[in-house]
Amino acid sequence: MLRFNLILLLIVVGCALSVVSATHRARKIFTQLEAEQKRMRDLDIEWGQLQLEQSTWAAHVRVEKIARDRLGMKPPAAGQVISVVPAGQ
Amino acid sequence: MKAIKFSRSPLLSERLPPWRQRVVLVLLLGSFGVLVGRSLFLQGINNEFLGDKGRARYERVIDISATRGRITDRQGDVLAVSTPVRSIWAIPEDAKLTPAQSRDLAHMMDIDLRELNRKLASEQDFVYVKRQLPPELADKISGMKLPGIHQKNEYRRYYPAGEVMAHMLGFTGVDDTGQEGIELTFNDRLSGKAGSRRVIKDRRGNVVEDVESVNPPQEGQDIVLSLDAKVQYLAYTHLKQALEQHRAKAGGVVVLDARTGEILALVNLPTYNPNNRTKLIGAQLRNRALTDTFEPGSTMKPFTVALALEKGKVRFNTPIQTSPGKMTIGTATISDTTMHGILTVAQVIQKSSNIGAAKMALSMTSDDMWTMFDSLSFGTPLKLGFPGEASGRLRPAKTWRPIEQATMSYGHGISVTLIQLARAYQVFARDGDLLPLSLSRLDTPPLNAKQIFSAQTAREVRAMLEMAVQPGGTAPQAQIPGYRVAGKTGTAHKLEGGAYANKYVASFVGFAPVSDPRLIIAVMIDEPSNGKHYGGEVAAPVFAQVMAGSLRTLGIASDAPLQPLMMATGEVVKEEM
Repeated sequence: MLRFNLILLLIVVGCALSVVSATHRARKIFTQLEAEQKRMRDLDIEWGQLQLEQSTWAAHVRVEKIARDRLGMKPPAAGQVISVVPAGQ
Repeated sequence: MKAIKFSRSPLLSERLPPWRQRVVLVLLLGSFGVLVGRSLFLQGINNEFLGDKGRARYERVIDISATRGRITDRQGDVLAVSTPVRSIWAIPEDAKLTPAQSRDLAHMMDIDLRELNRKLASEQDFVYVKRQLPPELADKISGMKLPGIHQKNEYRRYYPAGEVMAHMLGFTGVDDTGQEGIELTFNDRLSGKAGSRRVIKDRRGNVVEDVESVNPPQEGQDIVLSLDAKVQYLAYTHLKQALEQHRAKAGGVVVLDARTGEILALVNLPTYNPNNRTKLIGAQLRNRALTDTFEPGSTMKPFTVALALEKGKVRFNTPIQTSPGKMTIGTATISDTTMHGILTVAQVIQKSSNIGAAKMALSMTSDDMWTMFDSLSFGTPLKLGFPGEASGRLRPAKTWRPIEQATMSYGHGISVTLIQLARAYQVFARDGDLLPLSLSRLDTPPLNAKQIFSAQTAREVRAMLEMAVQPGGTAPQAQIPGYRVAGKTGTAHKLEGGAYANKYVASFVGFAPVSDPRLIIAVMIDEPSNGKHYGGEVAAPVFAQVMAGSLRTLGIASDAPLQPLMMATGEVVKEEM
């Protein structure tokens, strides 16, 4: 009887310790999750900023100005356009 | 003093009265009972309170903010995006800065030192020192660890397209809610909902466990508009040039996709920069194409002709006598400025004869005309969900006098918005039916088209409109090399205080390519005052430039041989007003 009780006691202690370690592991993983979620939000914000930057650089006003002034480009005149019709049409 | 042993103390031999012992006993037991009762009460019956107190040591409810959705054009180019910024605020009482610290702070925030000192000397408990700073700069400031200086996260909305898109997008206020335009129309979808969750924090303030989600956050949705940023830019630049060239007061351009009813571009001038709204006046804010009505003038004639064709009153080549260029109805006289003699119905459109249109109108009943205008949505707002949409004016048919019926046939005595006009031209660009307009991108064209005219009528009017832009028409300047174009000019006197003033509204509505119309463009220029004021001289060139650029940008195949334009060599036909 005593031995049986001792075994039960050991099992209980073992369970208790594993609960402690499981909780600890869960918290560690959760912290990682938190960090990753924060990273996700930060990256999303950064993406927004990069999109903003991209659209600022690619603004039509700016592109047109550079094309006309620096590169000396102009829209093709009527006779300079050749349209290619796909075969079978 | 001689010591007395305790056991021999004379006090012990004194007998105490037995009630004292009992009183003490009862007091002690009573107090014990109270303690037990109290602890039972706290632990068993009213345990909520202490439980809450305990949880308050380690649990926190944290707010999760929702970011406002982005607005993009149909190609996915960002038109509006929220990005986090920080506001610096201070508790003036706590903010005891050394002169050197104040100088650094003022320098970093780029504000005047005196202004900073004035703010920090204020009597209030809370002052904003500087709002909406970039996060990197704010980090540097928090690195200085100044007493009494705090930071708050906020969002700021940026509009990379600036003034080109201003009227369509509108803007948000400091609290990140929509105030105008799309931002207001789609505010519910864009803004999302901030949420909160309950977590357990450890001693160092790290979140270690999620207890529950009190209120799940809802991120703002992204909105994809029907607008095409390139087409919008083309419309903006060409309209702006035209306004400068003709010294006009205002103007608008609407570009529609004829197949789907999507709004590809909508430009109003004057405009404003939504990123910097310090000096705004009402005239810049108005989204004229939607909120301002004008008398369209001759751009209405095709509808009159279409109805006359539909009712079988005339055919494509029916001759109409427009001489002697004057016509008296009741007490009023209407006139053409040029004598045209006998014109066919098609030529009435080509030369834009008022008499011709009025004669056709008078052959029909006012009810028929009213029903046609009403079914084209004149006089009722288009219900795009845009703030302040105007309905225009279309009086009930019973109140029309014959002279009004005649003038309405050429667009006087009726008022419309530019977008209504552009939409109504769908009946000619399509085979006689109307689609609802859409502000957001559609993947499939809507199926609820409303048939107004028969396809045969639509094709005939389309042919007449093509004649109007050819030599002998009112708008040869609307031609585009490589494409067949159709359209109609409009030149109307402006109504001022109930009388027609010597000011004009020049307009042009048209579509291309005629063989399979893809784009409808409506141009309106208000008060051109540099000598020219005819729709064919002022508005048609803008139409041609925007149309040519848009067709090329959208890669729409040409349907006419590339050859030099056939411009009228002599006098361009002046349109009637």
